[in-house]
Amino acid sequence: MPLKRLIPCLDIDRGRVVKGTRFVDIRDAGDPVELAARYDAEGADELVFLDITASHEDRETIVALARRTADEVFIPFTIGGGIRSVADAQAVLDAGADKVGVNSAALARPELIGELAEVFGSQCVVVAIDARAVPGESRWDVHVAGGRRRVEGREAVAWAVEAAERGAGEILLTSMDRDGTEDGYDLALTAAVAAAVPIPVIASGGVGRLEHLAAGVLEGGADAVLAASIFHYGRHTIAEAKEAMRAAGIDVR
Amino acid sequence: MSARPPKLTIADYGMGNLRSVAKAFEHVGARALVSADPADLASAPAIVLPGVGAFPEAMREIERRGLAEPIRAAAAAGTPLLGICLGMQLLFDSSAEHGGSAGLGLLGGAVERLDAPGLKLPHIGWAHLRREADSPLTAGIDDGEPVYFVHSYAARPRAEDLLASAEHGERFAAVVGRGAVLGTQFHPEKSGAAGLRMLANFVTAATAARA
Repeated sequence: MPLKRLIPCLDIDRGRVVKGTRFVDIRDAGDPVELAARYDAEGADELVFLDITASHEDRETIVALARRTADEVFIPFTIGGGIRSVADAQAVLDAGADKVGVNSAALARPELIGELAEVFGSQCVVVAIDARAVPGESRWDVHVAGGRRRVEGREAVAWAVEAAERGAGEILLTSMDRDGTEDGYDLALTAAVAAAVPIPVIASGGVGRLEHLAAGVLEGGADAVLAASIFHYGRHTIAEAKEAMRAAGIDVR
Repeated sequence: MSARPPKLTIADYGMGNLRSVAKAFEHVGARALVSADPADLASAPAIVLPGVGAFPEAMREIERRGLAEPIRAAAAAGTPLLGICLGMQLLFDSSAEHGGSAGLGLLGGAVERLDAPGLKLPHIGWAHLRREADSPLTAGIDDGEPVYFVHSYAARPRAEDLLASAEHGERFAAVVGRGAVLGTQFHPEKSGAAGLRMLANFVTAATAARA
């Protein structure tokens, strides 16, 4: 059984980290590569870059980011956002990314998952799912556009199962209800998906305190836990997060 | 004799992320040439054989590009050689992957599918590295240090060639070596500081071999 992973996530807009950072010793708080290298040095197990650039006319910016990251970061990293084809994926993987994340493009055309798995192997394909609870029910709607638009006819657990069957190697599962709240992961959602798919699940959305990370693994059944703001704002270091997970009895790197 | 690290040749047989391997070596102060030219391998002071993908296809590409002979000749001449992941598996006699095929035959033993009942394959992620024997490659690496794996098959080396192991359902070969022929099943270029240390160790060994 691989060790449970801690994954800082960096939101990228036009090549820059969106959420500000408050590290005193970082020269350029908006430079994703500088931040990524710091996370690597602090013991992050993996990194996710989420490109939220509104216009996807300039794919070269994110490819350049992948290339610069591969120059300075020596842990696996995923590039998500704006990957719509095998060619898009090829460009960032050739640049040095280890995996690609697909979300809305896979919902629009689910065959994309299989095409990516065929060419690059399932280990390269992360399907990201943004889910929102249906009030009063144990089911979750799938959303796109940063949670603004519900996808008709798609339930999150069923979509995760289908994605795995189509060749996804991993599910990056974000609770849109919890994202930004700092109330912790949606553990019911995480547990439902983790129990339903035979592939690793990355819990995402809502981490505000260190104990939320361990809960994602122990109660949510996640194989990896993702967080953004608690690291970016310098509130906690990766090392503190790892220590909290270890103290909860989780075998981590 | 110069103490300057030799320029490694990273064998390009069209599979795997050569760029990440080259950048990791550069990060530890080595110079690296990525090449598919048999002449560059024949003259290389040290060779790295990376690789991601399927064994039979990889061997076909290596043969097609005329790289097998310079690699075997280099190994026979004592040139330091490091296989990474699939590149490590290719050092062995054969693999059972996709119906089976012969490897480079530089290390005795076969590559077989991991026996991991109830566990996920491919085995992807960080696992503890356990030292089985002393090796220049793992010098300064703590016993139990986690390293990053992506594989479904594992080599069954001769006992004396097993340098470190890891576990996924079964205990499998994670570092192997005989003389100057070395291999890691994990990806040192993706294993953080510990991985970089092992690449630096290889560069040091290659520099010493040349002096």
